[in-house]
Amino acid sequence: MSDPATLPTVEDAIALGLTESEYELICEHQGGRPNRVELAMYSLLWSEHCAYKHSKKLLRSLPTEGEHVVMGPGENAGAVDVGGGLVCAFKVESHNHPSAVEPFQGAATGVGGILRDIFAIGARPIAVLDSLRFGDPASSRSRYLLDRAVAGIGHYGNSIGVPTVGGEVYFEGPYEQNCLVNAMALGIAEREKLVRSAAAGIGNVVVLFGARTGRDGIGGASVLASAELGDDDGMRPTVQVGDPFEEKKLMECSLELLERGLIVSLQDLGAAGLTSSASEMASKGEVGIDIDVSKVFLREADMEPFEIMVSESQERMLCVVEPSNVPAVMERCEKWEVGGAAIGTVTDTGRMRVFDGEAIVGEAPVSALVDDCPLYDLAPERPAAPVYPVPAPVLAGDVSMREMLLALLRSPNIASRRPLFERYDAIVQSRTIRRPEQADAAVLAIKPLVGRPAYEISPSELKGSRDPDGPIPASAVSIDCNGRRVAADPYTGTVAAVLECASNLACAGAKPLGTTNNLNFGNPEKPHIAWQLSEAVRGLGDACRALDAPIVGGNVSLYNEGASAGPIYPTPVIGMVGRLPDARRAGRLGFAREGDAIALVGPFAPRLDASELAKLWGRQLPDGLPQIDVEAVAAAQAAVRDAVRASEVSSAHDIAEGGLAVALAECCLTGGLGARIELDDDIEYLFGECSGGFLASGERQALESLSEQTTVRMIGVVEGRSLSIGDQIEVELPELTEAYEALVELFA
Amino acid sequence: MKFGVLRFPGSCDDVDALLAARRVGDAELLWHGERDLKGADAIVVPGGFSYGDYLRAGSIARFSPVMESVIAFAGDGGLVLGICNGFQVLCEAKLLPGALLPNSNLRFTFRQVELEVVQEQTAFTCACGLDGPSPVVLSIPAKHSWGRYYADEQTLADMEGRGQVLLRYAPGHNFNGSSNDIAGVSNERGNVFGLMPHPEHAVDELTGSKDGLCIFASMCLAVEAARV
Repeated sequence: MSDPATLPTVEDAIALGLTESEYELICEHQGGRPNRVELAMYSLLWSEHCAYKHSKKLLRSLPTEGEHVVMGPGENAGAVDVGGGLVCAFKVESHNHPSAVEPFQGAATGVGGILRDIFAIGARPIAVLDSLRFGDPASSRSRYLLDRAVAGIGHYGNSIGVPTVGGEVYFEGPYEQNCLVNAMALGIAEREKLVRSAAAGIGNVVVLFGARTGRDGIGGASVLASAELGDDDGMRPTVQVGDPFEEKKLMECSLELLERGLIVSLQDLGAAGLTSSASEMASKGEVGIDIDVSKVFLREADMEPFEIMVSESQERMLCVVEPSNVPAVMERCEKWEVGGAAIGTVTDTGRMRVFDGEAIVGEAPVSALVDDCPLYDLAPERPAAPVYPVPAPVLAGDVSMREMLLALLRSPNIASRRPLFERYDAIVQSRTIRRPEQADAAVLAIKPLVGRPAYEISPSELKGSRDPDGPIPASAVSIDCNGRRVAADPYTGTVAAVLECASNLACAGAKPLGTTNNLNFGNPEKPHIAWQLSEAVRGLGDACRALDAPIVGGNVSLYNEGASAGPIYPTPVIGMVGRLPDARRAGRLGFAREGDAIALVGPFAPRLDASELAKLWGRQLPDGLPQIDVEAVAAAQAAVRDAVRASEVSSAHDIAEGGLAVALAECCLTGGLGARIELDDDIEYLFGECSGGFLASGERQALESLSEQTTVRMIGVVEGRSLSIGDQIEVELPELTEAYEALVELFA
Repeated sequence: MKFGVLRFPGSCDDVDALLAARRVGDAELLWHGERDLKGADAIVVPGGFSYGDYLRAGSIARFSPVMESVIAFAGDGGLVLGICNGFQVLCEAKLLPGALLPNSNLRFTFRQVELEVVQEQTAFTCACGLDGPSPVVLSIPAKHSWGRYYADEQTLADMEGRGQVLLRYAPGHNFNGSSNDIAGVSNERGNVFGLMPHPEHAVDELTGSKDGLCIFASMCLAVEAARV
C-alpha cells in the first residue's frame, strides 16, 4: 500500500511523544510499520492525556459504585440520581497547558469541552464552576493569566447561557510557571433519556456535526498536554480557538436530536478529535468504524487525511444514526444552522479504517488503539528533603492579632472573589438559589422555577413543575482543594479537600451524592511526584468511601511543571454534588439576625502548620499534617446539615483558610452585621486551620441542642457594627470590608 | 393575554423570559426564522447573544424574518419589551432611540442593581407602584458587556422632556456608565420599551427578588385596559 521509504520512522514516533518500545509494540499490532495516519492515531490515543498510562492502575482503587450512581467513570460524564426520575450529570476537566500558553482561549475551550461532555450524555448543562491556580499576584504574568483566564471562562459560559455559579482560586509560588485551569459542569437529564457513547448497529451511519474541521489544535493531546511545558510561544498553534455561539447551536441541536429519539449514540470531540471519538465509540460498542475523511466539512481545503483525523477543532459532535433517520437528523442540523455530514459507517470488522474517498489511507484494530496502550507502574518514593521553596515572609511575626486578621483578609487566597465572579453570569436559567458569597456551596433548583405548576416547554427536561406549597428539590455543588495542605501531606491533604467540599454542602443543607476529581500533578516519572499521586489517590478513595460519595468521573493532568520552576503543588481538585430536599431551606453563610447566638460546631482542633498565616509568615511547609478523625467530621457535617434543613439555624459557615477569626469576619461581612465573641484563646486557636469546624448562628437553644450529635461551644452573639474577639481584636465593619476587597486593585 | 418571546440562535434568557411571562399570562416562544407572531398580545425580545453578538450586539438579529413582523407590530401600537440583548436589538432596529456601548469598566459585569421607576403611569411600569411607597425602587440583576446607554445631548434632552426615560439606576448603581443614569427607555409613542437589567430574573424571592414581575404585570394591565 505505502512505499516503505515514505513511512514514518521511530524518530518520528518519538517526536510525537511515543517511546521506542511503544513504537515497537505498535509495529507488532499493525503487522508492520504504521503509516503516517496510523502513527498519528496511535500517538494520540497512546498519549498520557488519552490513555492515563501513569494513573490508570491507581485509579482502579477508587470507589465508583453507590446507591445514587447512575453512570460511573468511562462515559463522557458521571451521573447521580437526584430523585423524580432525574439525574445530575457532572464532571471536572483541566485545560492547564493550553491556558498557560494562551489563557483566554485555553480557559474558554476548557469550558466548551466540559459542557460538551455533559450534553453528550443527554443532559442540559445547568452550571459551570471553575478551579484556578496562579502564581503570586505580585507578578504581572500571574495577573495577566488570571485576568485572561477569567475573561475566557466568562466569555464562553455567559455567551452560551449556562451560569457560572461557583469556583475557587489560589495564588501560590509553585503555580507561577504552570497555572491550573480546571472547569466543572453540571447538567440535568431524565434518567430514561440518558445516552451512552457506544456505537451500535452494523450498517448504521456515523454523522459528524457542528463546526468545520480546521488545522487548530493538531497534536494538542500528545505534545501539549502530555509533557512538561517548554517554550510557550512555539506551542500556541496547538491551542484551539472556541466559539460559544457555535456551541450554543450545537448544544440545542444535540438535545433536540436526543429529545426526538433520532440518534443511537453520541460522543463529543475533544482531545485527539475524530480519532479518539470514533475509536472510543467503536471500542465501547465492540464494533468497527469506517471513516471517509473526504466527507468531512473542512475549514481549509488542502488538509491531509491525518490532519483531519487528529484536528482538535472545537464545537463538534459525533453520533451514530439509523440510516432511515439520517434525513431527519440533517433537517435538525439545518434548523440550528449546524453543519452535518454522514462521514462513516459502523462495521463488524473491529477495526478503525480511514478512507479518503475510495482509497484506504490507514487502519488499525480498535482494541489496539484504545485498550492496548502499555500502562506503567509508578515508582513512588517519599522525598527525603523538602520539595518546595519556603515562601517569602510578608507579615512580621510580632504584629497584633488585629493586624493578623486584617492581613489575612487582604491575602489573595482569602480576599473577596467578587471582582472575579462578577464577570460571570450566575443566574441565567432561573435556578440559582444561592449565588457566590451567599452560601458555602452554590444551590440550584433541579427544575427551573415557575410560578404556577405544570407548564410544558419543549424539550422535556425543561418542564417546570412547582407545587406552590410543596418542597423544591435542589442540588448543591462545591469545588475545592488547598494544594498547600496536599503538598504538606498528600494523603491527609486530599482527605481534607474531600471533607471541605462535603462541609460546604452541609452548610447549604445538602448531602453528598457523588464526587468528581481532577488530579493535577507534576511529572509522574519522578519518584516524589509518583508518591504524591499515589498518596493523594489513597486519600481520595478513603474519604469518598467514608462519606459515601463515590467517584463518578474525573480527569488526570500530569507533567505540570516547568523546566526550571519545579512541580506545582499536588492539586487533586475535588468537585462534589449533593441534594437538598427543599431549596427554600437552603443555608446562608452570613449572620442574619441581631441577637442570634453564635456557636463553634464540630471537632475543632486548629493548627498553624500549613495555614495561610504560616504562609504570610514565610514558614516552611511541615512534613505531614495531623491525622483527621473523618468519622467525627462527618458527624459534625450531619449535625449542621440537619439543622440547616430544619431551618433551626440562621447561618452556617465552614471554617477554612485563615481559621476561626477569618470565618467570623466573613459571616459579618456577608450578613452586614457585627459580632461580639467571648474568646481569650491563642493565635493558633483563632488563625489555625483544620477540617471539621463550623460557625452557626441562631437561637441559643437550637444551637446547644446540636451537642447531641457533635461538639458545640457557644462563643458569642451577633451584635452591632463591629467584630470583637475577646480583648484582642475589635474592628469596625468598614475596615473589615476595605481589607476584604483587596483583589479589586488587581483588576483596576 | 399572551406574550410572544422571540428565540434567536444564541438567545440565552428566552426560557427565563417565557417562565416569567407565564407568571402573569400566557406565553409562547417565537422562532426567529418565522414571521408569524401567533396572535401574541405583546412581544418580548429576550437577552442572550443573538447570532453570537457578532459584528455588534443585536445588529444581525434585527434583520431576522421575525423582526420584520415585530417592527410592523410595534408600528400598529403593539407592546414590545426588549431586555438586555433585546434592548440592543430594538436600538439596532431603530424602534428605540440611542445605542448601547461597551461598559465603562470594559468588562462583562453581573451585579444586582437598584432601579428607580421614573415614570409610573406607562404600559411597562403601571403595576410597579401599586403596593408600595413612591418613588418605587426595584432590585433587579444586570449582566452585560455592552450596556452603556448613549444618545446625543439633543436626543437625551428630548427624551427626558417627553418622559421616555422610565427607569434610572439608583445612585451608586450605574456601573456601566450610562448617560443620565438611564437603565430603561421607551419610544415616543410609549409602546416599545428596552432596559439592560433583567426583570425576568427577578420574579421569585427564592432567586433573590421578585421586583421585576411588575414589568410583566404592567404589560398585562395595559393590554387588558386597551381591550375594554
